[in-house]
Amino acid sequence: MAEPAVAITDLEQLKEGPALARLLDWNPGTVQGARFQYGELNVYIDCAHIRDACSLLKNDPELQFTFLSDITCVDWYPSEPRFEVVYHLLAMARKKRLRLKVKLAGDDPHLESVTSVWRGANFFEREIYDLFGVRFSGHPNLRRILMPEDWEGHPLRKDYPVEGYR
Amino acid sequence: MALVPASTIDPKQDRTMILNMGPQHPSTHGVLRLVLEIDGETVVRMMPDIGYLHTGIEKTCEAKFYQQVVVLTDRIDYLCPLTNNLCYCLAVEKLLGLEIPTKAQWIRVLLNELSRVNSHLVWLGTHALDIGAMSVFLYCFREREDVLRIFEMVSGQRMMTSYFRIGGLALEPPLGFFERVKKFVDRFPAAIDEYEDLLTQNPIWVERTKGVAHLSGEDAIALGATGPTARASGIDWDLRRDMPYSSYEKFQFRVPVSNDGDVYARYLLRVDEMRESNKIVQQALAGMPEGPVKADAPKVVLPDREKMKTQMEALIYHFKIVTEGFSVPAGEYYQAVESPRGEMGYYVVSDGTAKPYRVHMRAASLANLQTLPKMCEGRLIADVVAAIGSIDIVLGDVDR
Repeated sequence: MAEPAVAITDLEQLKEGPALARLLDWNPGTVQGARFQYGELNVYIDCAHIRDACSLLKNDPELQFTFLSDITCVDWYPSEPRFEVVYHLLAMARKKRLRLKVKLAGDDPHLESVTSVWRGANFFEREIYDLFGVRFSGHPNLRRILMPEDWEGHPLRKDYPVEGYR
Repeated sequence: MALVPASTIDPKQDRTMILNMGPQHPSTHGVLRLVLEIDGETVVRMMPDIGYLHTGIEKTCEAKFYQQVVVLTDRIDYLCPLTNNLCYCLAVEKLLGLEIPTKAQWIRVLLNELSRVNSHLVWLGTHALDIGAMSVFLYCFREREDVLRIFEMVSGQRMMTSYFRIGGLALEPPLGFFERVKKFVDRFPAAIDEYEDLLTQNPIWVERTKGVAHLSGEDAIALGATGPTARASGIDWDLRRDMPYSSYEKFQFRVPVSNDGDVYARYLLRVDEMRESNKIVQQALAGMPEGPVKADAPKVVLPDREKMKTQMEALIYHFKIVTEGFSVPAGEYYQAVESPRGEMGYYVVSDGTAKPYRVHMRAASLANLQTLPKMCEGRLIADVVAAIGSIDIVLGDVDR
């Protein structure tokens, strides 16, 4: 069995990459860290700037991350910051992917919606709101999408049991 | 799943009314509910309401061993279970750093393309049925039965195959398998001609589909549409060609693209895709490499039954894999494959234990469903039925 790829987490080593260089150039305070593993670049973005960062990456004529593949969330309960919202961006013209991550505190998690950048983020963000309880400000219709309207709790949180009574 | 309270709908004028469509409507292909605001027969506004088939598969995955999740993946997009298996296995294999033998990769491609044929046949049959062309359904299901028999032959199951495993295939394909596939692919192009005879020039079909439910390329990108839905709107993007996986770079095939963006274009495109899939299967048969179908990774892949009777290590590995699973190095990977509906992505997060920390499925159907209001608003209710069929959603995939 081949050894799995070792992650590079040093920002200094990665800052030459076009996407990261552009973000650092725009606002160095936005980038909290970066990680390169399995051929994928992860960039940690400050939660206050996610919408602007997405807009920048989408509209930059060289980067062209025009397509939003997916948004999801990971719950790292009980450690803090608890939630990690994960954005998968795709530049079809360059055949490149990029993963953005935003860390959120467990107490009242909320961040800005990217529906104004990609209309297609609508269902993805509603799903995260429904299953993790992360609120997206500026979302046009932030209601539960998969669970019944009157459901209590957010099932994909780690402190929500897999079976039995809630 | 959410009831739509009347207060949120707020009809602009007295003349509009709210019409409920589904979730048990036959043309919604499962349990899709649409709330339509209509003015006469014109749809003013549409709100899809989903969640009726939500089974919490993502949550269940977190409580299972890595190898047990394969079985769950079948149940997501139930028209192409093998594509789900493939996508999940590729993601975990990447995390493990496993090399998959070429023969296993080629058989994966072969079966994956047969899944696409299977899925497109169900789509064509039901889509035509919705619009009123009853007989096409029978022809499509005739060939689909052959494909399902091939799946049954290779995996013992018609639909919930679970044939791809982490590290390769579940077992060698049985004797006579390749001959059977060959017999099917030789016959299949004539069958596609038959469907086309029934529909492509059919004036009623053309009238019902041409220029209906138009979607522009910009809207397709903005709303996250992929697969045939996006390609019919001029987005030249196919993961098999542009980001190849599982040896797809070794195959020659054309990616059909159309700029018309209507139901008819999506129909022609998928029919074309079936022909291309058939060619890929033919290439896979012609160049099928020899060799093992499982990776050489005793800690991950279950040992052969024969070895277990003679070798102590094999018995121990078997016991360990079955009782306590195998641990996957901490990390995360997003694997995307081209499913019959578009970009299917599995985002697997590992914390170094034997159970996945998080498995998220990027469902092509969910993203494609977002294009439906754009296609239907301002058009007739009868066109809604044609539009739903043309985006080819699977509700198991939408709701997971």
